[in-house]
Amino acid sequence: MFVPCDRGGGSASSDFKGFTLLMPAVSVGNVGQLATDLVISTLNMTKVGYFYTDCLVPMVGNNPYATAEENSMELSINAEVYSLPSKKLVVLQIRSPFIKNKYRPFCETLLSWVKSSKCARVVLLSSSHAYQRDDEQLLGTPLRYLLTPDLEKAVGGLMQELNWKEMEKVAAYPGINDTEKVLHIPGGGITKLLFTESCSKGIQMAVLLKFCSEGDNIPDAFALVNYLNEWLQLVKSEVNTSSQWKIPSSWRLLFGNGLPPALF
Amino acid sequence: MATFFGEVVVAPSRAGVDDEESAEEAREETPEDREIRRELEKKREIDVLWTLKSGASTESSADEPFVCSKFIVAIGHNAAAFLSSFILDSVCWEVVGVVKLWNEWCRTSNTTNVLPTDSFCLFYRLISDPTVLLCQCSCYVAEDQQFQWLEKVFGCMRKEDLQVTVLSTCPVADYKTQESTLTLPSPFLKALKTKEFKEEVCCPLLEQPNIVRDLPAA
Repeated sequence: MFVPCDRGGGSASSDFKGFTLLMPAVSVGNVGQLATDLVISTLNMTKVGYFYTDCLVPMVGNNPYATAEENSMELSINAEVYSLPSKKLVVLQIRSPFIKNKYRPFCETLLSWVKSSKCARVVLLSSSHAYQRDDEQLLGTPLRYLLTPDLEKAVGGLMQELNWKEMEKVAAYPGINDTEKVLHIPGGGITKLLFTESCSKGIQMAVLLKFCSEGDNIPDAFALVNYLNEWLQLVKSEVNTSSQWKIPSSWRLLFGNGLPPALF
Repeated sequence: MATFFGEVVVAPSRAGVDDEESAEEAREETPEDREIRRELEKKREIDVLWTLKSGASTESSADEPFVCSKFIVAIGHNAAAFLSSFILDSVCWEVVGVVKLWNEWCRTSNTTNVLPTDSFCLFYRLISDPTVLLCQCSCYVAEDQQFQWLEKVFGCMRKEDLQVTVLSTCPVADYKTQESTLTLPSPFLKALKTKEFKEEVCCPLLEQPNIVRDLPAA
Protein backbone atom coordinates (compact mmCIF):
# COMPACT_ATOMS: atom_id res chain seq x y z
CA MET A 1 0.00 0.00 0.00
CA PHE A 2 2.70 2.51 0.97
CA VAL A 3 5.02 3.47 -1.88
CA PRO A 4 8.07 5.47 -0.86
CA CYS A 5 9.28 8.39 -2.97
CA ASP A 6 12.64 8.18 -4.68
CA ARG A 7 14.67 10.59 -2.67
CA GLY A 8 18.34 10.84 -1.76
CA GLY A 9 17.53 9.66 1.75
CA GLY A 10 16.57 6.21 0.47
CA SER A 11 14.88 3.87 2.89
CA ALA A 12 15.82 6.00 5.88
CA SER A 13 13.11 8.46 5.02
CA SER A 14 10.42 5.81 5.33
CA ASP A 15 11.41 4.46 8.72
CA PHE A 16 8.55 5.46 11.02
CA LYS A 17 9.43 3.40 14.06
CA GLY A 18 8.28 5.23 17.17
CA PHE A 19 6.71 8.08 15.19
CA THR A 20 3.31 9.62 15.77
CA LEU A 21 1.05 9.17 12.74
CA LEU A 22 -1.29 12.12 12.25
CA MET A 23 -4.13 11.63 9.80
CA PRO A 24 -7.60 12.99 9.00
CA ALA A 25 -10.90 11.19 8.64
CA VAL A 26 -12.89 12.38 5.63
CA SER A 27 -15.74 13.84 7.66
CA VAL A 28 -18.31 16.61 7.81
CA GLY A 29 -16.84 19.90 6.65
CA ASN A 30 -13.56 18.17 5.74
CA VAL A 31 -12.25 19.69 8.97
CA GLY A 32 -9.70 16.93 9.66
CA GLN A 33 -8.25 17.28 6.18
CA LEU A 34 -8.07 21.08 6.40
CA ALA A 35 -6.35 20.86 9.78
CA THR A 36 -3.87 18.35 8.35
CA ASP A 37 -3.17 20.74 5.47
CA LEU A 38 -2.30 23.42 8.03
CA VAL A 39 0.13 21.10 9.83
CA ILE A 40 1.89 20.02 6.63
CA SER A 41 2.07 23.56 5.30
CA THR A 42 3.26 25.23 8.53
CA LEU A 43 5.89 22.63 9.40
CA ASN A 44 7.02 22.54 5.75
CA MET A 45 6.95 18.76 5.81
CA THR A 46 8.65 16.65 3.16
CA LYS A 47 6.66 14.20 1.10
CA VAL A 48 8.09 10.71 1.60
CA GLY A 49 5.60 8.58 -0.27
CA TYR A 50 2.00 7.85 -1.13
CA PHE A 51 -0.63 5.13 -0.79
CA TYR A 52 -1.33 3.09 -3.93
CA THR A 53 -4.94 2.19 -3.23
CA ASP A 54 -8.14 1.42 -5.12
CA CYS A 55 -10.26 2.59 -2.19
CA LEU A 56 -10.22 6.35 -2.82
CA VAL A 57 -11.58 8.34 -5.78
CA PRO A 58 -8.60 9.22 -8.01
CA MET A 59 -7.46 12.82 -8.31
CA VAL A 60 -4.25 14.60 -9.21
CA GLY A 61 -3.03 18.17 -9.24
CA ASN A 62 0.09 20.23 -8.78
CA ASN A 63 1.72 20.73 -5.37
CA PRO A 64 -0.94 22.17 -3.03
CA TYR A 65 1.68 23.61 -0.69
CA ALA A 66 3.59 25.48 -3.39
CA THR A 67 5.21 28.68 -2.23
CA ALA A 68 7.07 29.66 -5.38
CA GLU A 69 7.40 28.84 -9.09
CA GLU A 70 10.18 26.31 -8.38
CA ASN A 71 8.23 24.05 -6.04
CA SER A 72 4.82 24.35 -7.71
CA MET A 73 5.30 21.63 -10.29
CA GLU A 74 5.36 18.46 -8.24
CA LEU A 75 2.33 16.21 -8.79
CA SER A 76 0.13 15.44 -5.83
CA ILE A 77 -2.46 12.66 -5.53
CA ASN A 78 -5.24 11.52 -3.23
CA ALA A 79 -3.30 9.86 -0.37
CA GLU A 80 0.18 11.08 0.46
CA VAL A 81 2.59 10.69 3.35
CA TYR A 82 4.74 13.49 4.76
CA SER A 83 7.40 13.27 7.43
CA LEU A 84 9.24 15.45 9.93
CA PRO A 85 11.83 13.29 11.67
CA SER A 86 12.88 16.06 14.08
CA LYS A 87 9.44 15.87 15.70
CA LYS A 88 9.03 12.12 15.06
CA LEU A 89 5.92 13.02 13.12
CA VAL A 90 4.52 11.33 10.04
CA VAL A 91 1.37 12.68 8.42
CA LEU A 92 -1.02 10.99 6.01
CA GLN A 93 -3.19 13.38 4.00
CA ILE A 94 -6.32 12.04 2.29
CA ARG A 95 -7.75 14.22 -0.46
CA SER A 96 -10.75 12.38 -1.85
CA PRO A 97 -13.75 10.40 -0.61
CA PHE A 98 -13.99 6.64 -0.39
CA ILE A 99 -15.33 4.58 -3.25
CA LYS A 100 -18.55 2.82 -2.27
CA ASN A 101 -17.97 -0.28 -0.10
CA LYS A 102 -14.23 0.33 -0.01
CA TYR A 103 -13.82 2.08 3.31
CA ARG A 104 -13.59 -1.15 5.30
CA PRO A 105 -10.72 -2.65 3.25
CA PHE A 106 -8.95 0.71 3.47
CA CYS A 107 -9.18 0.76 7.28
CA GLU A 108 -7.88 -2.81 7.50
CA THR A 109 -4.94 -2.11 5.22
CA LEU A 110 -4.18 1.16 6.98
CA LEU A 111 -4.10 -0.40 10.45
CA SER A 112 -1.89 -3.25 9.32
CA TRP A 113 0.47 -0.68 7.79
CA VAL A 114 0.50 1.18 11.11
CA LYS A 115 1.49 -2.03 12.86
CA SER A 116 4.13 -3.05 10.32
CA SER A 117 5.76 0.39 10.24
CA LYS A 118 5.83 0.34 14.06
CA CYS A 119 4.31 3.78 14.57
CA ALA A 120 4.06 4.48 18.28
CA ARG A 121 0.58 6.00 18.12
CA VAL A 122 -2.03 7.40 15.74
CA VAL A 123 -3.81 10.73 16.10
CA LEU A 124 -6.99 10.95 14.02
CA LEU A 125 -8.47 14.38 13.30
CA SER A 126 -12.19 14.30 12.66
CA SER A 127 -15.51 16.07 13.02
CA SER A 128 -19.13 15.29 13.74
CA HIS A 129 -22.49 16.82 12.81
CA ALA A 130 -23.18 19.77 15.10
CA TYR A 131 -26.94 19.35 14.70
CA GLN A 132 -26.84 15.94 16.37
CA ARG A 133 -25.61 17.31 19.72
CA ASP A 134 -27.78 16.86 22.76
CA ASP A 135 -28.71 19.69 25.15
CA GLU A 136 -25.57 19.32 27.25
CA GLN A 137 -23.25 19.20 24.29
CA LEU A 138 -24.69 22.46 22.98
CA LEU A 139 -23.01 24.24 25.90
CA GLY A 140 -19.29 24.59 26.37
CA THR A 141 -16.51 23.51 24.08
CA PRO A 142 -17.31 21.86 20.72
CA LEU A 143 -14.04 19.90 20.85
CA ARG A 144 -13.83 16.31 22.04
CA TYR A 145 -11.26 13.56 22.35
CA LEU A 146 -11.19 9.76 22.52
CA LEU A 147 -8.37 7.45 23.56
CA THR A 148 -7.95 3.73 23.01
CA PRO A 149 -7.28 1.85 26.26
CA ASP A 150 -3.58 1.44 25.39
CA LEU A 151 -3.11 5.17 24.92
CA GLU A 152 -5.31 6.03 27.90
CA LYS A 153 -2.69 4.47 30.14
CA ALA A 154 0.02 6.64 28.63
CA VAL A 155 -1.62 10.05 28.29
CA GLY A 156 -4.96 9.89 30.12
CA GLY A 157 -3.58 12.05 32.90
CA LEU A 158 -2.42 14.73 30.48
CA MET A 159 -5.94 15.06 29.07
CA GLN A 160 -7.22 15.70 32.60
CA GLU A 161 -4.65 18.45 33.10
CA LEU A 162 -5.56 20.05 29.78
CA ASN A 163 -9.18 19.98 30.91
CA TRP A 164 -10.29 18.26 27.74
CA LYS A 165 -13.72 16.75 27.33
CA GLU A 166 -14.13 13.10 26.37
CA MET A 167 -16.65 12.28 23.65
CA GLU A 168 -19.86 11.19 25.34
CA LYS A 169 -21.51 7.89 24.55
CA VAL A 170 -25.18 7.89 23.63
CA ALA A 171 -27.97 5.50 24.49
CA ALA A 172 -28.15 2.61 22.05
CA TYR A 173 -31.94 2.72 22.13
CA PRO A 174 -32.88 6.29 23.03
CA GLY A 175 -36.20 6.67 24.76
CA ILE A 176 -36.53 2.93 25.33
CA ASN A 177 -33.50 1.90 27.31
CA ASP A 178 -30.99 4.43 28.56
CA THR A 179 -28.58 2.06 30.22
CA GLU A 180 -26.84 0.60 27.18
CA LYS A 181 -24.46 3.24 25.78
CA VAL A 182 -22.62 3.19 22.47
CA LEU A 183 -20.17 5.42 20.69
CA HIS A 184 -21.89 7.40 17.94
CA ILE A 185 -20.01 9.79 15.67
CA PRO A 186 -22.47 10.96 12.98
CA GLY A 187 -20.75 12.50 10.00
CA GLY A 188 -17.40 11.21 11.15
CA GLY A 189 -16.73 8.95 8.19
CA ILE A 190 -14.36 6.14 9.15
CA THR A 191 -13.63 7.58 12.61
CA LYS A 192 -15.71 5.14 14.62
CA LEU A 193 -14.53 2.12 12.62
CA LEU A 194 -10.86 3.06 12.94
CA PHE A 195 -11.27 3.75 16.65
CA THR A 196 -13.07 0.50 17.49
CA GLU A 197 -10.66 -1.54 15.36
CA SER A 198 -7.68 0.12 17.07
CA CYS A 199 -9.16 -0.70 20.48
CA SER A 200 -9.44 -4.36 19.56
CA LYS A 201 -6.00 -4.52 17.90
CA GLY A 202 -4.17 -2.85 20.76
CA ILE A 203 -3.14 0.18 18.69
CA GLN A 204 -2.57 3.44 20.56
CA MET A 205 -4.99 5.85 18.91
CA ALA A 206 -6.37 9.24 19.88
CA VAL A 207 -9.30 10.85 18.10
CA LEU A 208 -9.64 14.62 18.22
CA LEU A 209 -12.89 15.91 16.82
CA LYS A 210 -14.96 19.05 16.55
CA PHE A 211 -18.70 19.44 16.24
CA CYS A 212 -19.40 21.45 13.10
CA SER A 213 -21.63 21.88 10.06
CA GLU A 214 -20.89 22.17 6.36
CA GLY A 215 -20.01 25.69 5.27
CA ASP A 216 -16.86 27.73 5.58
CA ASN A 217 -14.91 25.29 7.71
CA ILE A 218 -11.64 27.18 7.84
CA PRO A 219 -12.31 28.50 11.39
CA ASP A 220 -13.18 24.93 12.44
CA ALA A 221 -9.87 23.73 11.03
CA PHE A 222 -8.00 26.37 13.02
CA ALA A 223 -9.86 25.40 16.19
CA LEU A 224 -9.03 21.73 15.68
CA VAL A 225 -5.38 22.29 14.88
CA ASN A 226 -4.96 24.56 17.93
CA TYR A 227 -6.62 21.85 20.03
CA LEU A 228 -4.09 19.36 18.66
CA ASN A 229 -1.29 21.80 19.40
CA GLU A 230 -2.28 22.02 23.07
CA TRP A 231 -1.23 18.41 23.34
CA LEU A 232 1.49 17.79 20.76
CA GLN A 233 3.05 21.28 20.89
CA LEU A 234 3.95 21.23 17.20
CA VAL A 235 4.36 25.01 16.99
CA LYS A 236 4.90 27.63 19.68
CA SER A 237 1.57 28.91 20.95
CA GLU A 238 1.04 32.55 20.12
CA VAL A 239 -1.49 34.93 21.60
CA ASN A 240 -3.12 35.29 18.17
CA THR A 241 -3.77 31.61 17.62
CA SER A 242 -4.44 31.79 13.90
CA SER A 243 -1.22 33.55 12.95
CA GLN A 244 1.06 30.65 13.86
CA TRP A 245 -0.35 28.46 11.07
CA LYS A 246 0.51 28.90 7.39
CA ILE A 247 -2.41 28.64 4.99
CA PRO A 248 -1.47 26.57 1.91
CA SER A 249 -1.73 28.16 -1.52
CA SER A 250 -4.31 25.57 -2.60
CA TRP A 251 -6.89 27.11 -0.25
CA ARG A 252 -7.36 29.93 -2.74
CA LEU A 253 -10.71 30.22 -4.48
CA LEU A 254 -12.51 27.77 -2.14
CA PHE A 255 -15.78 29.50 -2.85
CA GLY A 256 -15.57 30.01 -6.59
CA ASN A 257 -13.99 32.24 -9.16
CA GLY A 258 -14.02 35.97 -9.49
CA LEU A 259 -17.20 37.62 -10.69
CA PRO A 260 -17.76 38.57 -14.31
CA PRO A 261 -17.67 42.38 -14.61
CA ALA A 262 -20.63 42.21 -16.98
CA LEU A 263 -22.77 41.24 -13.99
CA PHE A 264 -22.85 44.84 -12.72
CA MET B 1 -32.10 22.10 3.53
CA ALA B 2 -35.50 22.48 1.86
CA THR B 3 -36.47 22.02 -1.77
CA PHE B 4 -40.13 22.76 -2.25
CA PHE B 5 -42.21 23.91 0.69
CA GLY B 6 -42.55 21.24 3.32
CA GLU B 7 -39.93 18.85 1.99
CA VAL B 8 -36.80 18.48 4.06
CA VAL B 9 -33.87 16.75 2.40
CA VAL B 10 -30.90 15.32 4.25
CA ALA B 11 -27.81 16.97 2.83
CA PRO B 12 -25.23 14.47 1.65
CA SER B 13 -22.27 14.47 3.98
CA ARG B 14 -18.79 15.14 2.68
CA ALA B 15 -17.75 12.31 4.96
CA GLY B 16 -18.75 10.02 2.15
CA VAL B 17 -19.93 7.30 4.47
CA ASP B 18 -23.65 7.69 5.06
CA ASP B 19 -24.87 6.46 8.40
CA GLU B 20 -27.35 4.14 6.67
CA GLU B 21 -24.57 2.60 4.64
CA SER B 22 -22.43 1.90 7.66
CA ALA B 23 -25.42 0.54 9.58
CA GLU B 24 -26.16 -1.78 6.68
CA GLU B 25 -22.62 -3.06 6.65
CA ALA B 26 -22.77 -3.72 10.37
CA ARG B 27 -25.51 -6.29 9.73
CA GLU B 28 -24.23 -9.80 9.18
CA GLU B 29 -24.07 -10.63 5.49
CA THR B 30 -26.28 -13.57 4.60
CA PRO B 31 -25.21 -16.02 1.89
CA GLU B 32 -27.83 -14.43 -0.38
CA ASP B 33 -26.31 -10.97 0.21
CA ARG B 34 -22.88 -12.33 -0.60
CA GLU B 35 -24.16 -13.95 -3.75
CA ILE B 36 -25.88 -10.74 -4.89
CA ARG B 37 -22.76 -8.71 -4.15
CA ARG B 38 -20.59 -11.17 -6.07
CA GLU B 39 -22.93 -11.08 -9.06
CA LEU B 40 -22.92 -7.28 -9.05
CA GLU B 41 -19.13 -7.20 -8.86
CA LYS B 42 -18.89 -9.66 -11.74
CA LYS B 43 -21.23 -7.50 -13.81
CA ARG B 44 -19.02 -4.48 -13.18
CA GLU B 45 -15.81 -6.28 -14.11
CA ILE B 46 -13.79 -4.96 -16.99
CA ASP B 47 -12.58 -7.24 -19.78
CA VAL B 48 -9.66 -6.21 -21.95
CA LEU B 49 -9.57 -8.17 -25.21
CA TRP B 50 -6.50 -7.98 -27.40
CA THR B 51 -6.51 -8.95 -31.08
CA LEU B 52 -3.15 -10.52 -31.73
CA LYS B 53 -1.26 -10.48 -35.03
CA SER B 54 -2.85 -13.77 -36.07
CA GLY B 55 -6.26 -12.10 -35.91
CA ALA B 56 -7.58 -14.34 -33.14
CA SER B 57 -9.08 -12.66 -30.08
CA THR B 58 -7.83 -13.63 -26.71
CA GLU B 59 -8.54 -12.71 -23.10
CA SER B 60 -6.55 -10.08 -21.26
CA SER B 61 -3.14 -10.55 -19.62
CA ALA B 62 -1.29 -12.01 -22.56
CA ASP B 63 1.69 -14.10 -21.49
CA GLU B 64 4.15 -11.65 -22.96
CA PRO B 65 3.60 -7.99 -22.08
CA PHE B 66 3.55 -5.66 -25.10
CA VAL B 67 6.64 -3.69 -25.79
CA CYS B 68 5.39 -0.14 -25.83
CA SER B 69 7.31 3.10 -26.27
CA LYS B 70 4.44 5.59 -26.49
CA PHE B 71 0.90 5.18 -25.20
CA ILE B 72 -1.61 7.91 -25.94
CA VAL B 73 -4.94 7.71 -24.12
CA ALA B 74 -7.87 9.91 -25.14
CA ILE B 75 -10.61 9.96 -22.53
CA GLY B 76 -14.05 11.40 -23.16
CA HIS B 77 -16.03 12.24 -26.28
CA ASN B 78 -14.06 15.37 -27.20
CA ALA B 79 -10.63 13.81 -26.88
CA ALA B 80 -11.78 10.68 -28.74
CA ALA B 81 -13.25 12.84 -31.51
CA PHE B 82 -9.97 14.77 -31.75
CA LEU B 83 -8.10 11.53 -32.41
CA SER B 84 -10.70 10.38 -34.93
CA SER B 85 -10.55 13.66 -36.85
CA PHE B 86 -6.84 14.38 -36.85
CA ILE B 87 -4.86 11.26 -36.09
CA LEU B 88 -6.60 8.00 -36.83
CA ASP B 89 -7.05 6.52 -40.28
CA SER B 90 -7.30 2.99 -41.57
CA VAL B 91 -4.04 3.24 -43.52
CA CYS B 92 -1.61 3.96 -40.71
CA TRP B 93 -3.43 2.49 -37.69
CA GLU B 94 -4.87 -0.94 -36.93
CA VAL B 95 -7.22 -1.96 -34.12
CA VAL B 96 -5.49 -4.24 -31.64
CA GLY B 97 -7.82 -4.34 -28.68
CA VAL B 98 -11.08 -3.39 -27.02
CA VAL B 99 -12.38 -2.94 -23.48
CA LYS B 100 -15.74 -4.39 -22.59
CA LEU B 101 -17.49 -2.88 -19.57
CA TRP B 102 -20.88 -2.05 -18.10
CA ASN B 103 -21.99 0.51 -15.54
CA GLU B 104 -25.09 2.60 -14.85
CA TRP B 105 -24.05 5.22 -17.38
CA CYS B 106 -22.94 3.18 -20.35
CA ARG B 107 -22.28 -0.20 -21.85
CA THR B 108 -19.61 -0.87 -24.41
CA SER B 109 -19.58 -3.74 -26.85
CA ASN B 110 -16.71 -5.87 -27.97
CA THR B 111 -17.24 -5.03 -31.61
CA THR B 112 -14.53 -2.93 -33.17
CA ASN B 113 -16.80 -1.47 -35.81
CA VAL B 114 -18.16 1.50 -33.87
CA LEU B 115 -20.05 4.66 -34.67
CA PRO B 116 -18.79 7.97 -33.28
CA THR B 117 -21.92 8.23 -31.14
CA ASP B 118 -21.39 4.83 -29.50
CA SER B 119 -19.68 4.33 -26.16
CA PHE B 120 -16.51 2.45 -26.81
CA CYS B 121 -12.94 1.91 -25.69
CA LEU B 122 -10.60 0.80 -28.46
CA PHE B 123 -6.85 0.31 -28.77
CA TYR B 124 -4.95 1.08 -32.00
CA ARG B 125 -1.37 0.40 -33.02
CA LEU B 126 0.72 2.38 -35.50
CA ILE B 127 1.48 -0.03 -38.34
CA SER B 128 4.84 1.54 -39.14
CA ASP B 129 5.94 1.43 -35.47
CA PRO B 130 4.08 -1.22 -33.48
CA THR B 131 5.40 0.12 -30.17
CA VAL B 132 3.13 3.17 -30.48
CA LEU B 133 -0.28 2.48 -28.96
CA LEU B 134 -3.32 4.66 -28.88
CA CYS B 135 -6.49 4.30 -26.81
CA GLN B 136 -9.80 5.98 -27.57
CA CYS B 137 -12.08 5.80 -24.57
CA SER B 138 -15.40 7.54 -25.11
CA CYS B 139 -17.30 5.51 -22.52
CA TYR B 140 -17.56 6.59 -18.89
CA VAL B 141 -15.48 4.40 -16.60
CA ALA B 142 -17.13 4.45 -13.16
CA GLU B 143 -15.24 5.22 -9.94
CA ASP B 144 -15.07 1.64 -8.81
CA GLN B 145 -13.88 0.47 -12.25
CA GLN B 146 -11.11 3.02 -12.80
CA PHE B 147 -8.46 1.19 -10.79
CA GLN B 148 -9.34 -2.10 -12.51
CA TRP B 149 -9.08 -0.46 -15.95
CA LEU B 150 -5.69 0.88 -15.05
CA GLU B 151 -4.32 -2.41 -13.75
CA LYS B 152 -5.70 -4.50 -16.61
CA VAL B 153 -4.56 -2.19 -19.40
CA PHE B 154 -1.14 -1.30 -18.03
CA GLY B 155 -0.67 -4.85 -16.80
CA CYS B 156 -0.33 -5.92 -20.42
CA MET B 157 2.49 -3.49 -21.18
CA ARG B 158 6.14 -3.30 -20.41
CA LYS B 159 6.61 -0.10 -18.47
CA GLU B 160 10.31 0.54 -19.02
CA ASP B 161 10.94 3.53 -21.31
CA LEU B 162 7.22 4.01 -21.71
CA GLN B 163 5.90 7.52 -22.31
CA VAL B 164 2.21 7.96 -21.52
CA THR B 165 0.17 10.93 -22.73
CA VAL B 166 -3.38 11.42 -21.48
CA LEU B 167 -5.76 13.67 -23.43
CA SER B 168 -8.94 14.81 -21.78
CA THR B 169 -11.38 17.72 -21.56
CA CYS B 170 -13.08 19.55 -18.70
CA PRO B 171 -15.77 22.23 -18.72
CA VAL B 172 -14.38 25.78 -18.53
CA ALA B 173 -16.88 26.47 -15.74
CA ASP B 174 -14.93 24.06 -13.52
CA TYR B 175 -11.70 26.01 -13.95
CA LYS B 176 -10.75 27.95 -10.83
CA THR B 177 -9.20 31.30 -11.45
CA GLN B 178 -9.10 34.78 -9.98
CA GLU B 179 -11.00 36.31 -12.91
CA SER B 180 -14.35 35.08 -14.10
CA THR B 181 -14.35 32.24 -16.60
CA LEU B 182 -16.79 34.25 -18.74
CA THR B 183 -13.99 36.44 -20.06
CA LEU B 184 -11.47 33.63 -20.47
CA PRO B 185 -10.60 32.88 -24.10
CA SER B 186 -11.57 29.24 -24.46
CA PRO B 187 -10.80 26.55 -25.31
CA PHE B 188 -7.36 26.54 -23.71
CA LEU B 189 -4.80 23.88 -22.85
CA LYS B 190 -3.24 23.05 -19.51
CA ALA B 191 -0.90 20.23 -18.59
CA LEU B 192 0.21 18.11 -15.68
CA LYS B 193 3.45 16.18 -15.90
CA THR B 194 5.47 13.83 -13.75
CA LYS B 195 9.01 14.82 -12.84
CA GLU B 196 10.29 11.99 -15.05
CA PHE B 197 8.90 13.78 -18.12
CA LYS B 198 11.87 15.74 -19.37
CA GLU B 199 10.63 17.05 -22.69
CA GLU B 200 9.15 20.48 -23.25
CA VAL B 201 5.47 20.80 -22.54
CA CYS B 202 3.53 22.57 -25.26
CA CYS B 203 1.30 24.56 -22.93
CA PRO B 204 1.25 26.08 -19.42
CA LEU B 205 0.96 23.81 -16.40
CA LEU B 206 -2.29 23.51 -14.49
CA GLU B 207 -2.23 26.01 -11.64
CA GLN B 208 -3.33 25.34 -8.08
CA PRO B 209 -6.04 24.87 -6.86
CA ASN B 210 -7.29 23.11 -9.98
CA ILE B 211 -7.32 19.32 -10.02
CA VAL B 212 -8.04 16.48 -12.41
CA ARG B 213 -10.30 13.61 -11.43
CA ASP B 214 -11.70 10.26 -12.67
CA LEU B 215 -9.92 8.08 -15.22
CA PRO B 216 -7.44 10.72 -16.40
CA ALA B 217 -6.34 11.14 -12.77
CA ALA B 218 -6.11 7.42 -12.20
